[in-house]
Amino acid sequence: MKTINSVNEFVIRFANTNGTGSASANNMFAKAIFRMGVPVSPRNVFPSNIQGMPTWYDVRVSEKGYLGRRAGGADIVVAMNAQSMVDDVQSVEAGGYFLYDSTKEIDPQLMRKDITFLGMPISAICLREYNDPRQRQLFKNVIYVGALAALLDMDFDVLKGLIADQFKGKEKLISPNVHALELGYQYAKTNFNCPLSIRVQKSDKVGNRILIDGNTAAGLGAVYGGATVAGWYPITPSTSVVENYEKYCNRLRIDPASGKKNFAVMQAEDELAAIGIAIGGGWNGARSFTATSGPGISLMTEFLGLAYFAEIPVVLIDVQRAGPSTGMPTRTQQSDILACAYASHGDTKQVLIFPSTPTECFHMTADAFDYAERIQTPIMVMTDLDLGMNDHMSDELSWDDSRTYDRGKVLNAQQLEEVEEFGRYLDVDGDGICYRTYPGTHPEKGIYFTRGTSRNEYAAYTERGEDYVRNMERLNKKFRTAAEILPQPEMHSQNKGSKIGVVYFGTTNAAMDETFDLLRAQGQNVDGMRLKAFPFAKAVEDFIEQHDQVFVVEQNRDAQMRTLLMNELDIDPAKLIKVCNYDGLPITADFISTTILDHIAVAPASKVARG
Amino acid sequence: MSYLKSKFHHPKLAKNDLGLTYRDYEGALSTLCAGCGHDAVGAALVQACFELSLEPHKVAKLSGIGCSSKAPTYFLGKSHGFNTVHGRMPSVATGASMANRSLKYVGMSGDGDTASIGMGQFAHVVRRRLDMTYIVANNGVYGLTKGQTAATADKGSHTKKGEEILWSAIDLPTMALQLGATFVARSFSGDKDQLVPLLKAALCHEGFAFIDVLSPCVTFNNHATSTRSYDYVREHVEAGNIADFVPSREEITTKYAEGESKDICLHDGSLIRLHKGKDGYDPTDRFAAINAIEQHRIKGEILTGLLYCDPTLRDMHDFLGTTETPLNTLDEKTLCPGNHALAGINNSFR
Repeated sequence: MKTINSVNEFVIRFANTNGTGSASANNMFAKAIFRMGVPVSPRNVFPSNIQGMPTWYDVRVSEKGYLGRRAGGADIVVAMNAQSMVDDVQSVEAGGYFLYDSTKEIDPQLMRKDITFLGMPISAICLREYNDPRQRQLFKNVIYVGALAALLDMDFDVLKGLIADQFKGKEKLISPNVHALELGYQYAKTNFNCPLSIRVQKSDKVGNRILIDGNTAAGLGAVYGGATVAGWYPITPSTSVVENYEKYCNRLRIDPASGKKNFAVMQAEDELAAIGIAIGGGWNGARSFTATSGPGISLMTEFLGLAYFAEIPVVLIDVQRAGPSTGMPTRTQQSDILACAYASHGDTKQVLIFPSTPTECFHMTADAFDYAERIQTPIMVMTDLDLGMNDHMSDELSWDDSRTYDRGKVLNAQQLEEVEEFGRYLDVDGDGICYRTYPGTHPEKGIYFTRGTSRNEYAAYTERGEDYVRNMERLNKKFRTAAEILPQPEMHSQNKGSKIGVVYFGTTNAAMDETFDLLRAQGQNVDGMRLKAFPFAKAVEDFIEQHDQVFVVEQNRDAQMRTLLMNELDIDPAKLIKVCNYDGLPITADFISTTILDHIAVAPASKVARG
Repeated sequence: MSYLKSKFHHPKLAKNDLGLTYRDYEGALSTLCAGCGHDAVGAALVQACFELSLEPHKVAKLSGIGCSSKAPTYFLGKSHGFNTVHGRMPSVATGASMANRSLKYVGMSGDGDTASIGMGQFAHVVRRRLDMTYIVANNGVYGLTKGQTAATADKGSHTKKGEEILWSAIDLPTMALQLGATFVARSFSGDKDQLVPLLKAALCHEGFAFIDVLSPCVTFNNHATSTRSYDYVREHVEAGNIADFVPSREEITTKYAEGESKDICLHDGSLIRLHKGKDGYDPTDRFAAINAIEQHRIKGEILTGLLYCDPTLRDMHDFLGTTETPLNTLDEKTLCPGNHALAGINNSFR
């Protein structure tokens, strides 16, 4: 039988039942490898359910730093769920390992000859060691982590350190947990050939990076970006954005003198009210935000039109999940792009920004408040379930203390005294962005009525066609100004002169290093461009212009970003080739490179006329 | 019909403590139908704000969509206003108040905007006891779309076209009482003597103050078979009490025999002095209020006056524990924890 031989380059899958406490043990495993200096990317594949359904936790360990999801099965499967056992056995790569609870004999029909079965009587050990039924359940998870430490040659002290950290303040729990680790460790040492042909070795590839999820980072970004008003409604996978914002605010935003809060969070009755609260706060001069996912975007659409037309700064974090409708609420996608870019009836265009890593979730969310107040419009931070809810190895968070918030064009009482005339919608600077005032600023000047109906430069209601058109044209001008303010695309140039370009954004970035390597191995040196914002910068147009064939990689069925590029930049559809993965799992380098290579084989770039 | 509003006024027009006349509280010329009850509501609000000497720019007026929601253009021209989307003014008002708790918020809504499309938002803004004055100009009909029935129209009454209304009416004051409003009143746009003191008390009340104002629609709901016409309302209104508003600075001189009047002291020290009507009840008793509304409805009467007031209960900001300083005035020095705080945060993710 062939075996997989690998140091620091493998995928391990934990198959559990949700509600059994496996998440923290699995997380501890991933973190231990991370602390050993080896890059990891854990991904939780979980059901829309609280208890009793199968859930998987995949950890990709990669010394090379390939942090996208790997295609195919796992090299090691830890099977703790009888319900999914049949599929779990099948999901092991040939030459891999299957660690299972052998307290109950495994169905002989499940056995495969091309993998190694490692049976361990985990339930029996727990039954022997613990009296409390809850402990018998919980410590199963810790025991298999202990066994893995022996099987994979992991640093046992690192695991003990993690337990000490996890139970800081509850020291009584440390020794039973370490005991459980040791039970597993000793069993494996005694009964299996340790280490396996797949193992871990200390490395130095982590540096000062951290392992954090995008929602926590975005919540922190809102704290650092100066958000004070949050309206929200619970929805997977965005819920933890505002929860984390509130958690860190309670730690970092309490007025020391009064003990009162320098922030206000309201859990609203629905997403309509959530965005309404954020818009009310933005109108009144506070940095305000909400977070939601696809179904929430649908509900917020009317209000987004108001904020676009009445020019209210507001930040919306959209943690995308698989639609349409309720879709697959616990699976990832990038499928709200068109719904967000053109959110609301009438001619509307919204500003989108696309973080790729938790660190970018932090910075882009903080920046979004500057953009919102500068451009006076909603800013949507487009993340997704994979980015938001999974831990990713990411650059440590940092803040430039000399930075001040850009509050945009707001006139205070003194400035109002000095200006000759005030018109809320007068384009004084010629960039489409007008001056606004907060309610209550001045007794006589700068007072206006905000409305979703058409109005003239002085905020007075109008139904005159020419007034309406002038305003709509100014809004378009403002949108063009926005393209210059927003982050520029990131170029990933393989070699100058390549005729093939690849456009991608968001979490697809995690798979791109590997994709470029796979393509290079096949003799294809392609250029990459990571989009960071809509409206598109001039550089986006230039990149597409400079390449004969441009692949647009995205995680939805209908190639929504491709449509947006075609529509907004007048690009010949023949030039933009879609690479779409939308099964709800994060896109893989294997999928991207195979799709691109297959297409190149059929239609070489040289045969495509320059668009 | 005039299309320009005269700026001329008598030089000896009465001035309030701020040196402003009532004209400083007016808005643009109304485009509502001549005789619309909503204009009378606006005029009463102008008078209430003038008499209270509120600084106009420290008031923010918010509305949804409909005839009622157009009305804020026609009062308080020196206040910022926000005409939002249909039925969603409560959430915008909530966010506005979260951003700046120091302004006075006046919400102007209608029966469609509150009792139909906005029912959910209304229920929740009451629950959170937002510190605002929420006025429903209630005419039982959709005016701006020309005459469809509203959810507050009485079952069994008839539309202008003669169709019988088949559905149960929603009584907004009862709802507000059940959901925890701390000030609930009902009045009639045609009774300024009653409406102005109620508005003044509502504006001084810290917490959610709700006033349901029967405000007849002269164009679509003023016919003989309507129960929201001027004539019908006048004939069926029954004042549970007569409210006098006594500002905090004014000495209380009038004396009433015990049992005839009741004083309710508001947060700012002003008083509501209530003189009982013929079926008077204790307006600090929420159950009695709900009961009285229902008893009068059964008799075919519309109970008006201050229905309920509890000035001791807390408002949204008390519950949230928000700092006294308006959040929209805080800058990065207060709001941003700085780079040093990130060291510990980064370490917690290693």
